[in-house]
Amino acid sequence: MARKTTQTRKAFVTAIAWIIGFLIFFPILWTILMSFKSEGDAIKAPFAMLSSAWTLESYGEVQERSNYLRFFMNSVIISLGSTVLALVIAIPAAWSMAFVPGKRTKDLLMWMLSTKMMPAVGVLVPMYLMFRDFGLLDTRTGLVTILTLINLPIVVWMLYTYFKEIPGEILEAARMDGASLRSEILYVLTPMAVPGIASTMLLNIILAWNEAFWTLQLTTSDAAPLTQFIASYSSPEGLFYAKLSAASTMAIAPILILGWFSQKQLVRGLTFGAVK
Amino acid sequence: MGKITLKSVRKSFGEVDVIPSIDLSIEDGEFVVFVGPSGCGKSTLLRLIAGLEDTTSGSIAIDGQDATDLPPAKRGLAMVFQSYALYPHMSVKKNIMFPLKMAGMDSAAAEARVANAAKILNLTNYLDRKPGQLSGGQRQRVAIGRAIVREPSAFLFDEPLSNLDAALRVNMRQEISELHQTLKTTMIYVTHDQVEAMTMADKIVVLNAGRIEQVGSPLDLYRSPANTFVAGFIGSPKMNLITGAEAAKHNAATIGIRPEHLDITADGPWQGVVGLSEHLGSDTFLKVAIPGMEPITVRAGGELNLRHGDKIGLAPQASKLHRFGADGKNFA
Repeated sequence: MARKTTQTRKAFVTAIAWIIGFLIFFPILWTILMSFKSEGDAIKAPFAMLSSAWTLESYGEVQERSNYLRFFMNSVIISLGSTVLALVIAIPAAWSMAFVPGKRTKDLLMWMLSTKMMPAVGVLVPMYLMFRDFGLLDTRTGLVTILTLINLPIVVWMLYTYFKEIPGEILEAARMDGASLRSEILYVLTPMAVPGIASTMLLNIILAWNEAFWTLQLTTSDAAPLTQFIASYSSPEGLFYAKLSAASTMAIAPILILGWFSQKQLVRGLTFGAVK
Repeated sequence: MGKITLKSVRKSFGEVDVIPSIDLSIEDGEFVVFVGPSGCGKSTLLRLIAGLEDTTSGSIAIDGQDATDLPPAKRGLAMVFQSYALYPHMSVKKNIMFPLKMAGMDSAAAEARVANAAKILNLTNYLDRKPGQLSGGQRQRVAIGRAIVREPSAFLFDEPLSNLDAALRVNMRQEISELHQTLKTTMIYVTHDQVEAMTMADKIVVLNAGRIEQVGSPLDLYRSPANTFVAGFIGSPKMNLITGAEAAKHNAATIGIRPEHLDITADGPWQGVVGLSEHLGSDTFLKVAIPGMEPITVRAGGELNLRHGDKIGLAPQASKLHRFGADGKNFA
């Protein structure tokens, strides 16, 4: 009897999980399906799953109207640039916090995290003014800088928890084995930290790619990334579901593909510390 | 060569003196065991010798050379850690070869040394595996292999067997002892297990609260413990330490008698009741309650038909009785 209830329970929980999974995935599915419909079909029955005629016309129109490649390149430069910069700052910071912690290391980490609890809108005006005065509005440099700064706490935290998992005794063993600081970092530390650095990098690229508050507020055209590309289709001239969906699909496709191929790394990166 | 001399070595972490001051001399080729309860500073002392911790004051000399400020890599010592501390991303072979690579040895010579170490440690078939694919005992052997290939002037072992199960521990204990006989290199071994200390050491250093309580051969410590701490720590089961009126009869603050030095005789001076009896076959351990005294443990050889509640008489062997003063020091 006990076994039977477990089975029923298992089926029930599985069903719930599938439903939740589908609900989360639904908007993406809807967007993709919508992007292949004609604009007429899309307006007539936005929630119909199937269309009378599948078409690529929205994609054609989107490409004609705006230069997808330029937005795409901006997104790539901004997300990669801010990630590399954040890693360059965060790796040494996380090393020192993990391996030579001071009295205030814990406080410092908490303080860094607390900056993420503040709504971004709260500092929009001073940020905007600073960007204006430094001539950073609508520049890639400006966006790389701000995305580096807003993601830095998360990057430091992730690397810190990851480095914490590397047992200090292994580093001591390397020192006993005659390794200099350089060899210790090169042959022992880095190979052991690579998975952690890789998953941090991936997650940060995704966060930066999807960041839509600062990228929309601080750019207009020159440095505009794909978030701006999508936004430009929900304009006063009216909502064109199919074109908006085609633009959205084109904007999320690269990161979706990246996420798909790196999901193992990502899950590992997000759960480390949770399981030994 | 591997003679290590510690002079007034002190270590404090912040305001806490972990090791107030230690003088110790370890001769070339000796097997020295640091033993003591957890938190007594034995691991810290080993890490000071290794160079993984800096001394607060005092000096450490290795083979007559002052090594106090040398980094670990320059001291010519090899260490085996409690957690094995193998490099998880390297194969067994690369793990063992790592110190040689760091020393810049050419690969043919390094290969030969690794092959030799693998043969001594029965690791030849596992050279291409990663540490994660090995059992606890095998990992421990890899850690020892990594230490051997450097041909260090001394080996440092930090509780190397405490992660192994009981049966394997006995095996590895013997393997390390045999290794010492083969290599004849100085070995310093830290443990909290006094059985390991007794069976392996040429010289035992008993530590308590950062101080050396006594240094001597295992049997020296067994026969003539310097104080009540050593008396209670060395020997299994523990020596019975008796205070009060019974000790006063012998003009001492405390008297000590080992469980194996008590004879069971009906007319013995100590009359008591068996509280607990443990039958191991080869030995029988009795816990005896005697009015006006601490509970006494008795070790009787062989199988003994005594049960809970039986009345027995005990007679301590006069020549094996230890007398300690109020300061805990042995009068003898």
